Amino acid sequence: MGITVEGANKRFGDFQALKDVSISVPDGSLTALLGPSGSGKSTLLRAIAGLEDLDSGRVVINDEDATAKPPQRRGVGFVFQHYAAFKHMTVFENVGFGLKIRKWKKPEISDRVHELLRLVQLDGLAGRFPSQLSGGQRQRMALARALAVQPQVLLLDEPFGALDAKVRKDLRTWLRHLHEEMHVTTIFVTHDQEEAMDVAEQLVVMNNGQVEQSGTANELYEQPANEFVMSFVGEVNRLGDDFVRPHDMDVVLDPDEHTQEGLVQRIVALGFEIRVEFVLGDGTEVWAQLTRGELQRLELREGQIAYLRPSQAKSFNGPPPSDPQGASTPPGPDDGGDAEVSAAV
Amino acid sequence: MNNSTASRWGLRTLGLGYLALLLLAPLVLIFFKTFEDGLAPPIDAITSPDGLHALKLTLLMVAVSVPINTIFGVGCALLLVRHRWKGNPVIDAIINLPFAISPIVIGLSLFLLYGTDGWFGPTLADAGIKILFSVPGMILASIFVSLPFVVRETVPVLQEIGTDQEQAATTLGANARQTFLRITLPAIRWGVAYGVVLTTARVLGEFGAVTIVSGSINGQTQTLPLFVEKQYANFNQAGAYGASLVLALLALATLLAMNLLKRKEA
Repeated sequence: MGITVEGANKRFGDFQALKDVSISVPDGSLTALLGPSGSGKSTLLRAIAGLEDLDSGRVVINDEDATAKPPQRRGVGFVFQHYAAFKHMTVFENVGFGLKIRKWKKPEISDRVHELLRLVQLDGLAGRFPSQLSGGQRQRMALARALAVQPQVLLLDEPFGALDAKVRKDLRTWLRHLHEEMHVTTIFVTHDQEEAMDVAEQLVVMNNGQVEQSGTANELYEQPANEFVMSFVGEVNRLGDDFVRPHDMDVVLDPDEHTQEGLVQRIVALGFEIRVEFVLGDGTEVWAQLTRGELQRLELREGQIAYLRPSQAKSFNGPPPSDPQGASTPPGPDDGGDAEVSAAV
Repeated sequence: MNNSTASRWGLRTLGLGYLALLLLAPLVLIFFKTFEDGLAPPIDAITSPDGLHALKLTLLMVAVSVPINTIFGVGCALLLVRHRWKGNPVIDAIINLPFAISPIVIGLSLFLLYGTDGWFGPTLADAGIKILFSVPGMILASIFVSLPFVVRETVPVLQEIGTDQEQAATTLGANARQTFLRITLPAIRWGVAYGVVLTTARVLGEFGAVTIVSGSINGQTQTLPLFVEKQYANFNQAGAYGASLVLALLALATLLAMNLLKRKEA
């Protein structure tokens, strides 16, 4: 059950959008495809929906090979970034479109549409046209429209990308609740790692048409398979061959053999979090994330010298993990076993 | 009044004055010239058998050419916008030909195809089908000259609406026909309507190409513009202006019909 993609390849002219991509999405799960623009995440989603034909590879939806099926017969609900609202139809007609195509009777369509409009909290706006709705309302209408036909899987392509920050956060929470209620296998595409970690149970990180790593938010954050995943799912500093998260940068005033000297260039207060920017002797710029309390204790000033000690660093070029503290390697086929987790000091 | 207001009014006066002198004045003058000697002469001319026949033939041209060009135009626009193909720029350029070529040349080119020495002429003549100096040839000429309008008006609208709505309909189970009729066509309808109005106006007024292929035989192959020309050449000014006025009114009615439809929609 669920969705499986095996060895998917897709080329647009000279551009290879998907390079031998395989993913597996468990039944009833909520999965995020995360990656920068051009990483192939939308192409993969569209290929699952049948809106894009693969050059090679297979798409299996709920144990049925869907590769050759047209989008109409794949049982997918698709939500577009820019809503794709039918502008000449009312909210009611939009949501009822799929049912009308399926030749449902009028009273049944009416019941189902109103049920869905209640679910997406648009009841009372049934007679409006999309142009009379806000962006968030339009996207909820698009979601109700996709859900109306009771799809086996729900696919969302950057669903909140065109909305402002506040509405985006509300809709995220709301999508998570909706998924808990509906339990329909859901994949959504985003370039926002915070959004992906907030909403999804499973993340698939993509880059350059390939899957870099998949796993839970925690797994990706704690055991990134490579430099790309590490820097994409969170902030990162580079110290030689080591990668260190800013919150793993300890700042001390007395040097020892594990510290590096740095000049405090700028101190930025972002509420509870304090961002301290350093320049190292070799010109490298790094920053440390401190709390308000830590800053007060250290009494740091811009322009002074302080010492940095990474409490945890990762290196992706070194030998396979031999350090017992290196934790378990991340699961999944993307794990090359080259992630070394080391604890300095 | 400050400088910008003055220049704004200056520009408005200039623009309106230019339009009035160039477009409105001649049309208004036709109206007055038509009824210079009272109502009877122009009405007699138009209601003469030849005049009525010309009017009917003109409407027939519209009735046949406009639907054909609308169907072809929408289909062609879909092909150009929705199906990427190497040959598209060539098709695009060919569609613009009727805009670029003088109607007279179009008329003459039809001779080369359907004339007694033309490519198809002898074969068709053997089959008893007469194209030149008869209605089919005139319809061909009308279709030719008015072909680009629907395509040109529909293409930008199709590009603007994008494919999201169509793809959404597809994922909701709609087949190609349902998607076209329920989603695409309603979305492009004003572009198509505008193309239809322009096509109609062009077919109503077509002179050059139709003159060549029709032979302008009184009461047989004479559309209203040809009738106007004949009347004018025969010094029957009342008839010429009367028929001109009918033509102008038909075109106005087309424009008005579209505006009314559009207003009703909004």
